[in-house]
Amino acid sequence: MGLIVAVFLPLLAALLCWIKPLRRIAWGTTVICLSISFAMAVMTAAQVLRSGRAVAIPGWFEADGLSALVILLVSFVCTLAAIFAGGYMLQESHQKERLWWFYCNYNLLAFALIVVPAFASPNLVWVGVELITLFAILLVGFESTPRALEAAWKYAILTLMGAPISLLGFFVLYWAYRGSGGGTVETWQGLYAMSSTMPPNLLKFSFLLVFVGFGTKVGLAPMHIWLPDAHSQAPTPICAVLSGIKTTVPLYAILRLLSVILASPEARIGNWMVVFGLFSVGIAAFLLLQVRDYKRMFAFSTVEHMGIILVAAGFATHAGAYGAVSQMLNHSITKSLCFYTAGMVLLSVGTRQISEVRGLFRVSPFTGGALLLCSLAIAGAPPFPIFLSEFSILSAGLRSGHNVAVAILAVLIVVAFVAILRQVNGMLFGEPESTMPVKRVPLSCRTAVLLAAIPVVVLGVYIPGPLHSLLELAAQQLGGH
Amino acid sequence: MTGAQIQLIEGLNALTAGLILLTAFGMVATRQVQGVMRFFVLQSLFLAASAFLIGFGRSSIHLLALGAITIAAKAIGIPWVLKRTLPGDLYERREINQVINIPSSLLLALLLAIAAEFLVSPLLATTQDPVVHVNLPIGLAGILIGAYSLIARREALPQMVGILAMENGAFFAGIAIASDLPLIAELAIAIDVILIAVVIGVLTRNISQTIGTTEAASMSELREEPQPWD
Repeated sequence: MGLIVAVFLPLLAALLCWIKPLRRIAWGTTVICLSISFAMAVMTAAQVLRSGRAVAIPGWFEADGLSALVILLVSFVCTLAAIFAGGYMLQESHQKERLWWFYCNYNLLAFALIVVPAFASPNLVWVGVELITLFAILLVGFESTPRALEAAWKYAILTLMGAPISLLGFFVLYWAYRGSGGGTVETWQGLYAMSSTMPPNLLKFSFLLVFVGFGTKVGLAPMHIWLPDAHSQAPTPICAVLSGIKTTVPLYAILRLLSVILASPEARIGNWMVVFGLFSVGIAAFLLLQVRDYKRMFAFSTVEHMGIILVAAGFATHAGAYGAVSQMLNHSITKSLCFYTAGMVLLSVGTRQISEVRGLFRVSPFTGGALLLCSLAIAGAPPFPIFLSEFSILSAGLRSGHNVAVAILAVLIVVAFVAILRQVNGMLFGEPESTMPVKRVPLSCRTAVLLAAIPVVVLGVYIPGPLHSLLELAAQQLGGH
Repeated sequence: MTGAQIQLIEGLNALTAGLILLTAFGMVATRQVQGVMRFFVLQSLFLAASAFLIGFGRSSIHLLALGAITIAAKAIGIPWVLKRTLPGDLYERREINQVINIPSSLLLALLLAIAAEFLVSPLLATTQDPVVHVNLPIGLAGILIGAYSLIARREALPQMVGILAMENGAFFAGIAIASDLPLIAELAIAIDVILIAVVIGVLTRNISQTIGTTEAASMSELREEPQPWD
């Protein structure tokens, strides 16, 4: 029951935002509905911990450990981003009379994001991922400035190109499933059970198509070129959702399919995933060195982290899977905090150029402190959660014998670490330029940053028992031995 | 059904497959925006014809419904939606400079079609069904040629039609290999395709109003410039 409410409440919120007399309170509606949705996601996760699965409608809406974790992340990030949007959009948007349309779209995006992990059937997952893309396109182009529209167009063309490719992949998957005696209702669970009997050729071909098609949406290199544009031009609360969650959800679908393939004894593709993941990390690490815009910097860091998750899943061991899911969790919470902070910096100084921001600490200690905290956290400094999960990924790789991959990954992580801190160093310290205008940041933005910072600080030193068991459960679903 | 009837259906299906490939070539070879749109409608009609044929041959209600959905969504719905959202002068545009000239483009499209046949050959070993042997390679060829025209085109509308043509290719393979996919999934996919057209149509209109052109190549403000080390 909780699952159904968590999924459909954002849809109701979208409808409420669209009704004319209620348009004035669209922001309040959004925040309240998404908070309830988050509470329901917590309840679903608790149910999954008690009984292993939460089944709302069999064959349609089901949640196991992995999907409960992703639903939890999505609703958490969407709620905080909605709180952040309140003050930000009022101050920064050029389209203030169309804000209800923004929230309407935003709720639809939240709905699509939550529904993908809740779907039990792979074909519906495809539909959900395409819905995410469509609503995200509208939100990226919301400001209707030439640059925003350019970013939205590039984003649309590249990510929609992935849609038919992955669609054929899911058709081939269904073909393999039916051909080896599966029933007409195709679910992820059924696929796991059948994975050893399905023809490995078909499975591999289907995975290749889905990987390429959804890879465009995740932003894996070399299909990442839309990502920095979209993530730097969209309104900042949307950037937080896009970078923190929107890339994670298609990756969730890829990992689900990967776990089916890994369960099939003949299809060995784990090492290929390690290679592709390292390629993304490498491209991102070197782009991070030369980036000039701090929102683009955080966007490239998303490409880096998606690559790291893929590498961890490619190790195909339980330790690797645990590293992958905890990296997924830590990246989502930390990256959304990064974009809230970037939004605060943009609100207070009004420029996106790294070189034009100087001495932020002295001008605005709150914003400067938040920027220091989130940059250290996203770069992976101890004692923040990303340090822990990256460390566990590296040690999982050593244990499964991927020594070369671990060495390359460690070097690239260090390069990215140095790059991010070098860029942020200039923004934080030094003499503030007298021409730099400094505005006050709205209360709702400060609240969102404080709330988002709590898990980033806490999870680095203490992982609560239930969360740990949820991660363990999710890692089991991801497979490995 | 007698053997002769089945053979007739398979023959007709192979004919529609050839026509679909031809329309894909046609989209690559046409300069006029309106012409690209017409080829797309024609291709969707052939896709529906193939769905009807296979649906008749396998006596599958799903495929007959899918054929009807295809006609309603792609041959009628999408052109109508685009006519309503887009200013009329977009249709009269001609593309003068393409990235690669048209004869070379056609040659590349032909190579892609051959590559598709080559790529799926290991999969075809798993089945004897002649319909799959026709539809899967042609469907993949449709996807690859659509992707190519997406990259080679400079105008917004033909780029979008490229995506929809890729979708046609995926469906053409899908009706053969996943013919008993639950109808609800097919319906959801069809609605998704219409939404893609609506969203891109709205985006194209905004772009032509704000930027004043729909030449995608002229949109190149956002890019990475190397920063000198200080």
